[in-house]
Amino acid sequence: MSTMIMRHLPALLIATPLFAAFLMPLVGAAGRWVRTAWVFLGAALTATVGLLLAWQVFTTGPVLYVFGAGDPTQTLPGDAAFPIRIMFAVDALSALMIVIASCSSLAITLYSLNAEARQSGLETFYAMLFLLVTGVLGMVATGDLFNFFVFLEISSLAGAALVAYRIDEGVAVEAGLKYALLSTVGALAVLIAIGILFAQYNALNIAALASRLQFTVLDKVALVLLVVPLAMKCGAVPMHFWTPDSYTTAPSSVTAFLVVSSQASLYGLFRILYTLYGSLLSWATFGWFLIILGVLSMFIGVTMAIPQKDVKRLMAYHAVSQTGYMLLGVGVGLAVLGNRAALEEFGKTAMAGGLFHIFNHAMYKGLLFLTAGAVFYRTGTRNLNKLGGLGHTMPWTMVFFMIGALAIAGVPPFNGFASKLLIYESVFRFSPFLAVVAMVVSILTLASFVKVFHSMFLGARRAEYAAAREVPAAMWVGMALLAVVVMAAGLVPRPFIDHLITPAVNALCDRAGYIATIFGG
Amino acid sequence: MMTRLLLDLPFFTVVLLVVIGLGAMVLKRNLIKILMGLSILESAVNLFLVAIGYRQDGVAPIFTNVPSLHMVLPTVQALTLTSIVIGVATSAMMLSFAMILYKKYGTVDARDIRKLKG
Repeated sequence: MSTMIMRHLPALLIATPLFAAFLMPLVGAAGRWVRTAWVFLGAALTATVGLLLAWQVFTTGPVLYVFGAGDPTQTLPGDAAFPIRIMFAVDALSALMIVIASCSSLAITLYSLNAEARQSGLETFYAMLFLLVTGVLGMVATGDLFNFFVFLEISSLAGAALVAYRIDEGVAVEAGLKYALLSTVGALAVLIAIGILFAQYNALNIAALASRLQFTVLDKVALVLLVVPLAMKCGAVPMHFWTPDSYTTAPSSVTAFLVVSSQASLYGLFRILYTLYGSLLSWATFGWFLIILGVLSMFIGVTMAIPQKDVKRLMAYHAVSQTGYMLLGVGVGLAVLGNRAALEEFGKTAMAGGLFHIFNHAMYKGLLFLTAGAVFYRTGTRNLNKLGGLGHTMPWTMVFFMIGALAIAGVPPFNGFASKLLIYESVFRFSPFLAVVAMVVSILTLASFVKVFHSMFLGARRAEYAAAREVPAAMWVGMALLAVVVMAAGLVPRPFIDHLITPAVNALCDRAGYIATIFGG
Repeated sequence: MMTRLLLDLPFFTVVLLVVIGLGAMVLKRNLIKILMGLSILESAVNLFLVAIGYRQDGVAPIFTNVPSLHMVLPTVQALTLTSIVIGVATSAMMLSFAMILYKKYGTVDARDIRKLKG
């Protein structure tokens, strides 16, 4: 039984949340408690399957799963020279993303059990939430380019529906429509690129395509059509304009997971650049492309964040800014990918910093959005000018906010410091100027969050928020879960880097290895 | 020459449809028209996918009682089918968004639907 489960983990990774989502309306009819139990069970099982699969990958190497084959590891059926079935190829990088999505989805589902309890239409809400989780897990696990498009669309549609979920006099729907429109146009561009690649190489499998790619003019067109939409979906400046709207209007638990879904697009971007095109690219050009996107995102994100009055909008701009660090770290790695000495000297450290920052960002940013949601839950406003004195009544929320805020600002000993330090020291050897920019952005981030902390939690008690109390238990547990991970990854970063991040960096650099896992070379 | 041109005709149509679709999305102010532009864009992509798999005088790729093995490509047709299904879901969702916006704002003019700023 247990070997059976271990063997089919990649299928269960998708089947569990999908099953939970589609039975949601039926189960919801059986009453409130049954629904709550179902949601909890679905989230816990999905996270368990995700973590088990990741554990399998980190201990025994990449896991392949061919759908519809008698033997799920049989990639080349019969006499076929190339993979014809849809397959999941879960390497260390995918496993890292699965760990992030699993932890985050569990925390946000627990949180929403209380946070959304007063809303109507909860069956649809949770069905959409599970679909969003399915989409993200599928995007990072699949080894098939068309399959990636399908999961990208699933996550975009579910995400847009969730952004618009609280209609909020139409404002949320406006943001949802914007998000859906941009996502769809982006996904259509991705689909055209997939068509172009298929027409030339008669394959949809990423490894098969990578082994055949000739880098013709059409391939370059396809590259642009893949990279631009994915850069937009991960919220990089100058295509970031949808992020503040969507992140602000979505329910906070959803925002925390939209961050992860943006990072799944970031994963797609890295996968395309490193694995699909890899050695064919001019590394310096594309490395600098990522670096410039990164620096722009970092700087413009933080400068836009500082004057914001809406706490979630402010955090959304900080999310754009933090994405810049990931692009910067991985971009520096890409720029020196051809230079083995430089890659070993600082390139891999920079990539490790970038990937570690993805992990850390999902945790502390999720935590921050959840605390903003908790404040909104008790006070009914996100306006920083109206909030104040909540430290008296919501001490735990204040502590969680402090942990998240210090982590995002890169203050030791929190996890943001661990990944930013890796980025600073490696980027400094590449270009001191970039490292200085990264540090200045961190200082501005700290300044911005000190202001937010001051205006939300400090000061005298306010009469209008006299009724505000600490959040209910499930919300507390959801936030505490993320806070513990933030603290752990900050206090003892070594095991995280050695067991989670370094394998992912090596997997990302090793294009030939990825192709070999499927062709058995 | 003439057959070559005829074979390429679907791709010219794709380009034309992409231009019309994107043009409608960028230039039109009415939300419904913007969504129509998106639909046209989707059709363009679907046509592109099907056209890739076309072979002159090819038969449908069904192996039972097949007259010849000269078939059109089935994979792209499967892709198109999936893409159509996704397109329907997208259109339905966005049109319902447009409906809600019309109820709340009393207009479907994109210039007036701008409460989100900054």
